Amino acid sequence: MAESHGSASKFLVGIFDDDDVVLKAVKEVKDAGVRIHEVYSPFPIHGLDVALGHPRTRIGIAAFMFGLTGTLTALALTMYTEKLDWPMVVGGKDSYSFPVYIPIIFELTVLFCALGMVGTFIVSNGLGPTVKPLMFDLRTTDNKFAMAIDLGKNKLDEEKIGQILKASGAAEVNVKQF
Amino acid sequence: MSHITSPVRTPLVTGGKTYADVTEDVSRQVEGRPTREWTIAFTISVIVLIYGAACVFWTWWEGLGVWGLNKTVGWAWDITNFVWWVGIGHAGTLISAILLLFRQKWRTAVNRAAEAMTIFAVICAASFILMHMGRPWLALWALPLPNTFGSLWVNFKSPLVWDVFAISTYFTVSLVFWYIGLVPDLATIRDRAKSKVSRYIYGAFSLGWNGSAKTWARYEYISLILAGLSTPLVLSVHTIVSFDFATSVIPGWHTTIFPPYFVAGAIFSGFAMVQNLMLIIRVVFKLEDYITFEHIESMNKVITLTGSIVGVAYLTEFFIAWYSGVEFESYAFINRATGPYWWAYWAMMTCNVISPQLFWSRAIRRSVVWTFVLSVVVNIGMWFERFVIIVTSLHRDYLPSSWAMFHPTLFDISDYIFSFGLFFTLFLLFSKFLPVVNMAEVKTVIKSSSETLPKSVSGVAKGERVTKPAFNKDAE
Repeated sequence: MAESHGSASKFLVGIFDDDDVVLKAVKEVKDAGVRIHEVYSPFPIHGLDVALGHPRTRIGIAAFMFGLTGTLTALALTMYTEKLDWPMVVGGKDSYSFPVYIPIIFELTVLFCALGMVGTFIVSNGLGPTVKPLMFDLRTTDNKFAMAIDLGKNKLDEEKIGQILKASGAAEVNVKQF
Repeated sequence: MSHITSPVRTPLVTGGKTYADVTEDVSRQVEGRPTREWTIAFTISVIVLIYGAACVFWTWWEGLGVWGLNKTVGWAWDITNFVWWVGIGHAGTLISAILLLFRQKWRTAVNRAAEAMTIFAVICAASFILMHMGRPWLALWALPLPNTFGSLWVNFKSPLVWDVFAISTYFTVSLVFWYIGLVPDLATIRDRAKSKVSRYIYGAFSLGWNGSAKTWARYEYISLILAGLSTPLVLSVHTIVSFDFATSVIPGWHTTIFPPYFVAGAIFSGFAMVQNLMLIIRVVFKLEDYITFEHIESMNKVITLTGSIVGVAYLTEFFIAWYSGVEFESYAFINRATGPYWWAYWAMMTCNVISPQLFWSRAIRRSVVWTFVLSVVVNIGMWFERFVIIVTSLHRDYLPSSWAMFHPTLFDISDYIFSFGLFFTLFLLFSKFLPVVNMAEVKTVIKSSSETLPKSVSGVAKGERVTKPAFNKDAE
């Protein structure tokens, strides 16, 4: 995750056994006035990011800009090489003949868009080969769902939050310190 | 996704698997020691690869004269093999991209292996491009790089240059798509790892993934966009491969039907190869509950459809050759069916058009043996299709005095064998060291598509549901 944990933070981690339970619990815990840090799951749960109040990702805008860069690169490349630098007439076509460059324009658009978008994804999530994963519970990549609550950012005390988690279906509640 | 299995939906996961079972069943073969079967298969593949590599080296050392090419037939097995492998490399992206857009959930169990197959098939295809260049160290001349000849740039009006861009883009995007899908599963393996070395290696490749809701939301979003990008991409690749032929003025090549006909043929042969690989994987890795008869049947339906499209294309080509009134065009096709290469033409017709029609029978569609045999037959047929298009169109050219036959040499055959060694070596490495089924995606369909839903899907409180499914509004 991109968030830094320079100072030691204490987390309360509710472990859930079921994706539907954790989705319902997010709403209940939030209604009880608890600020949820994040939920960790072994697979995507639809509606979870909305329930948590995460803003809609803007990665699509980045993807579009990268795609546009690819289109312009292809146009510039074909224009420069075939028209300006060394004009060539091949197959009786004009030295700059737009339709024959469509494959190149398409391929470079897709290439730039895909690589740029995936690069943005990796950077925006703070992922990388040397990144140490911030795991609240090792089982969340297997079959458990973890709801992490930053105690430093909540007014309610540990015991009360623990009760709320239990009441909303958490199978266990652990304390995790970073 | 939180609805209970509809009775009209056929189950995709059998055996009442829990989330934990999915992890266990798929990770098992990554974590365990290589099995005897794997070791034997891998050893054979590497031996074949080494023999093939030596022959490829000799091809380059001596020059392309070691192949059976002559002045008339200047393209033969090299381009046949190239197109064949690229075609096979189409199924993976079709499964992962087009079926994602169509919300075909059965793809979740097969997409990982199919995408791996795609990547390795494209590598094999690219190896023939390098081979047929004869001087592979000059391969970079195919790229628009500044040079000391002027700069004299590549000819962007040539479909061969489009091909360079299409294949390299396709390879890159497929690799990225596949890798992004792997990251969550690599994190699963990392968190289960017992040894320090594997924790380190899988840790590095899983990029510090922790499955937070925010990351998953972005992951789903980029998967959808990558699918949207890959869909026209996969269609463009074989379209452009067909342009290599269609934009030339050789009778038999110069037809506008080529792009759709090549794309259909590519999907056809790709699915056949997926079938061959999956039928082995499901048994060897004991994944019968994930790759079920439902999956096999679905893929056989795609094979029947695309095989029929290919059949219609063959007949259309023939009709148009006659209807055009161009005698050279007509001759090219009559020569295909009745000339000296009649056996290749009829092998193609039988394997591609007639035999897949057996899949109209449900019993054959759901039979492992039939599926395996017919899939091999399809791939033989598709190889012959490319051979027929390339060699038969070339061997009787404009002057009867230069008509010739093509005779493959040891090196034509060995260089083809090389690609099998390469493909199976890569695929076996993949199947041992990476999860062959996308665990995260299969877990998302467990609830909606399980045959029998366990009391608790996550596998803890077995015997009782964790809570009453009050959240399930649809079911009430």
